[in-house]
Amino acid sequence: MGLILAILIQGIQMVLVLALAPGLIGFTRKVKARLLRRQGPSVVQPYRDLLRLVRKEAVLADNASWLFRNAPYLIFATTWVAAALVPTFAAGLHFSWAADLIAITALLGSARFFLALAGMDIGTAFGGIGSSREMLFATLAEPAMIMIVFTVALVAGSTQLSTVAEFMVDHSTLRVSLGLALIGLIIVALTENARVPVDNPATHLELTMVHEAMILEYSGRHLAVIELAAALKLLLYISLIACIFAPWGMARQDDGVLGMLVGVVTWVGKLAIGGFLMVLFETAIAKMRVFRVPEFVGGALMLGFLGTLLLFVSRSF
Amino acid sequence: MPIVAALLSVAGLAGVAVVAPILTARRVAWATPVVYGASFVLAAVLLICGLLALLGGSAFQGTVHLPVGLPWIGAHFALDPLSAAFLVIVDFGAVVASFYAIGYGAHEEEPGRVLPFYPAFLAGMNLVVLSADAFSFLVAWEFMSLSSWALVMAHHHDEENRRAGYVYLLMASFGTLMLLLGFGLLAGPDGDYAFSAIRTAEHVPWLSGLVLVLMLLGAGSKAGLVPLHVWLPLAHPAAPSHVSALMSGVMTKVAVYGFIRVVFDLAGEPAWWWAVLVLILGAGSAVLGVLHAVLQRDLKRLLAYSTVENIGIVFIGLGLGLAFKTNGMAGAAALAVTASIFHAFNHSLFKSLLFFGAGNVLTGTGERDIEKLGGLVHRMPETAYLFLGGCLAISALPPLNGFVSEWLILQAILLSPDLPQWALRFLVPASGAMLALAAALAAACFVRAFGITFLSRPRSPAAETAHEVSRWQIRAMYALLAVCLIAGIFPGPFLDALSPVSQMLVAGAMPKQPILPHLSIIPISESRSSYSGFLVFFFIMMASWAAIRVIHNFASRAVRRAPPWDCGFPDASPVTQYTANSFAQPIRRVFGPIAFRAKISQTMPQPGDMAPARLTLSLRDLIWEFIYAPIEGAVLYAAERLNILQFLTIRSYLSLVFAALVLLLVLVATWA
Repeated sequence: MGLILAILIQGIQMVLVLALAPGLIGFTRKVKARLLRRQGPSVVQPYRDLLRLVRKEAVLADNASWLFRNAPYLIFATTWVAAALVPTFAAGLHFSWAADLIAITALLGSARFFLALAGMDIGTAFGGIGSSREMLFATLAEPAMIMIVFTVALVAGSTQLSTVAEFMVDHSTLRVSLGLALIGLIIVALTENARVPVDNPATHLELTMVHEAMILEYSGRHLAVIELAAALKLLLYISLIACIFAPWGMARQDDGVLGMLVGVVTWVGKLAIGGFLMVLFETAIAKMRVFRVPEFVGGALMLGFLGTLLLFVSRSF
Repeated sequence: MPIVAALLSVAGLAGVAVVAPILTARRVAWATPVVYGASFVLAAVLLICGLLALLGGSAFQGTVHLPVGLPWIGAHFALDPLSAAFLVIVDFGAVVASFYAIGYGAHEEEPGRVLPFYPAFLAGMNLVVLSADAFSFLVAWEFMSLSSWALVMAHHHDEENRRAGYVYLLMASFGTLMLLLGFGLLAGPDGDYAFSAIRTAEHVPWLSGLVLVLMLLGAGSKAGLVPLHVWLPLAHPAAPSHVSALMSGVMTKVAVYGFIRVVFDLAGEPAWWWAVLVLILGAGSAVLGVLHAVLQRDLKRLLAYSTVENIGIVFIGLGLGLAFKTNGMAGAAALAVTASIFHAFNHSLFKSLLFFGAGNVLTGTGERDIEKLGGLVHRMPETAYLFLGGCLAISALPPLNGFVSEWLILQAILLSPDLPQWALRFLVPASGAMLALAAALAAACFVRAFGITFLSRPRSPAAETAHEVSRWQIRAMYALLAVCLIAGIFPGPFLDALSPVSQMLVAGAMPKQPILPHLSIIPISESRSSYSGFLVFFFIMMASWAAIRVIHNFASRAVRRAPPWDCGFPDASPVTQYTANSFAQPIRRVFGPIAFRAKISQTMPQPGDMAPARLTLSLRDLIWEFIYAPIEGAVLYAAERLNILQFLTIRSYLSLVFAALVLLLVLVATWA
């Protein structure tokens, strides 16, 4: 009985992240439009877009290979699994022991690997440029992420996110190293989600685009699945930041239904706040040149490294 | 007794090596399948011996003393957990490579230059792992080096291969010399060179330190540690592909074995600064190796540089093991050493797989230059699929095996704030950062390698007319990919199998991996970290299956083929695609100025001048310039100065001989 319940709650988390992800995108677009004094599309517009896309036929380039057709599903699946393993409304879910934060980072790496390959499959100039730049950003963002994981893990004594979240609730103190890690993680999140100072999610036909360039040849259901994966990734990163740095309200392993409900409500609130802050930052800053980005992400790597080093010097930082 | 069977099989391999030239000299048509088939069978016997000794416990281990070799010493051979583990690594690679070669070897133009040396090479590698005294070890080591050198020289018509062979021979001789000196320092008081005697002898600390340095030079040069790696990216690609796979995947592991055997097992208690040295070399190799790899356009050379990277990762693990061992943290040391050996095993799997893939590309197109390939996924679908699996594994992506071992090394790094030495406390997180950087760069490198070679549109007629290769080659690769997947999904039994090894080396073991729950592995304790490759794999499969089912059943499954979109401006010419060079350009631009002193200079002609504008890129190999070029210069200079000695009169020669004799006698007199 307990096992069935545990699996059920894990299932709820998987469905919930999937259901909320497009809503989060819709919400950020709405907020952005309002900040720019536009009306903006409705919050549910991403859901409508996805529905429209899955119903359409998929147009494949003549020389698209099996990899091109299967990559969207693999990208989606790895991202979804990663998102399901981040504690959102409750810690210590049944399968949270399957992978720690390093594994979640690597899962996102798998998704990126397939995305970059899919961008190169047709052999167009845009696809190549997108893949090449995506991999460049990843070469700095991934080690930065690992360093941030180190910082957090050294503070909490575990790389397991549920344990980290519970530790942060019980021993919430201000630490220099965690501050550095937070800034680093925000930079990594902006880079990984192709948000404004790094990439512009709202444009096509711009030579500096990265993410959109890779998926240029996709259409119909394939595009829908990739878009959904991108939305999931944004939700994952905001949940991750919330889980490590603001885990309050999250339900514990032995909390009842009420605790879970409180957890869900606070989590949705955190998502909204996170999305709002991100959009606020985006509207206040201009997009960078591509070769400025390595310096930006390299900053995150340095911050993460500094945080780790501080903790190697003394556990009290 | 497995040790006897193993030695008999080695003798059998040597026998095959003797018979092979007779077969090839008579141009027997079935020489290739017979030699490789026999190697396959004998390597399989050796593999079983290794497995028995590793899993069966002490009942299957043992020592043998043969009255061959030097009269007062003889030859000792032993099968203990460490040699058993490496016997498994060596012979699994050998089994698969022999199987692959039955298909691949059919295209060999001069089989007489490959067939005799191939079984000899296998015998040499096995003997290194089995030998239990310094003399047999060194003889086997040199035998391995020379037979592999002969294989590197198999295609000697190519100028580049001859140079590779020359550099390899020099570096191999240098490495063996260093090993010779190292073992000389280790000998017991009465000159007993058996490992069992060395192990129990008292070791002077500073002499042991010197042994470590000599081992790093000797075994490190064979393994490909930066800055001793220069021969590796030349020699590994020059050999036939199945031999490249063995050299990169297996022979470097034999070198790692030699290092572990001496430093962890024979040289006595480590000092903490040993770890510093090993960590610096490991981290440097990891990052420099992959930075070189990401810029290569020769597929096999790219793979060879990536070997340098992975050896660096193995040595980071070993350095951590030394650091923990010297501070008495047995559990952490066991984790680091186990992770390191597991990574060595994993690397032997996916590097062989990738070299086989490169061999298939070579058979199918005749090209190694990835700028001339492209679109092979259509013409060689199975090779593409298998190569992709290898790329995923080597890029440390879950749920494959490369990720598990790198994850374990990262977990070991997280234990190191408890180390008391400050130098280590600063160095260990830095090497962790280097490891993460290397892993991310490896992903970029293999996206490029796979994307340019197999995806996009063909860039040359050779790529357009590529054909799939023989079933032998494909099946060998399937076997490797299957083990990669199994080791990634069920790493627990592999780690358990290595626990006697870590028990022997650092007197500690990782916690016994539980079969249940969730088939997860636990490096230290459950609350710290756990990872279940099986669940991750299962979830990915379920999630993608569910997505496909839902969309195909409830939405659309219609497909229409159309010309590429490319923002409305598709160009039919394949030269408009991204090339390997352009793919690597951003990475070169970011990391090049530091690692290679990369400089780009433009010359723009004056307006009205009809000369073309030029863009020149200069990359410098700093290690060659600052270490090897000065040595080369010094040797040349000395040789020229000493040249006069060739043109002396007979009187001068006699007086020279006399002076030397007097000098030596004086030396002997003062010494005694």
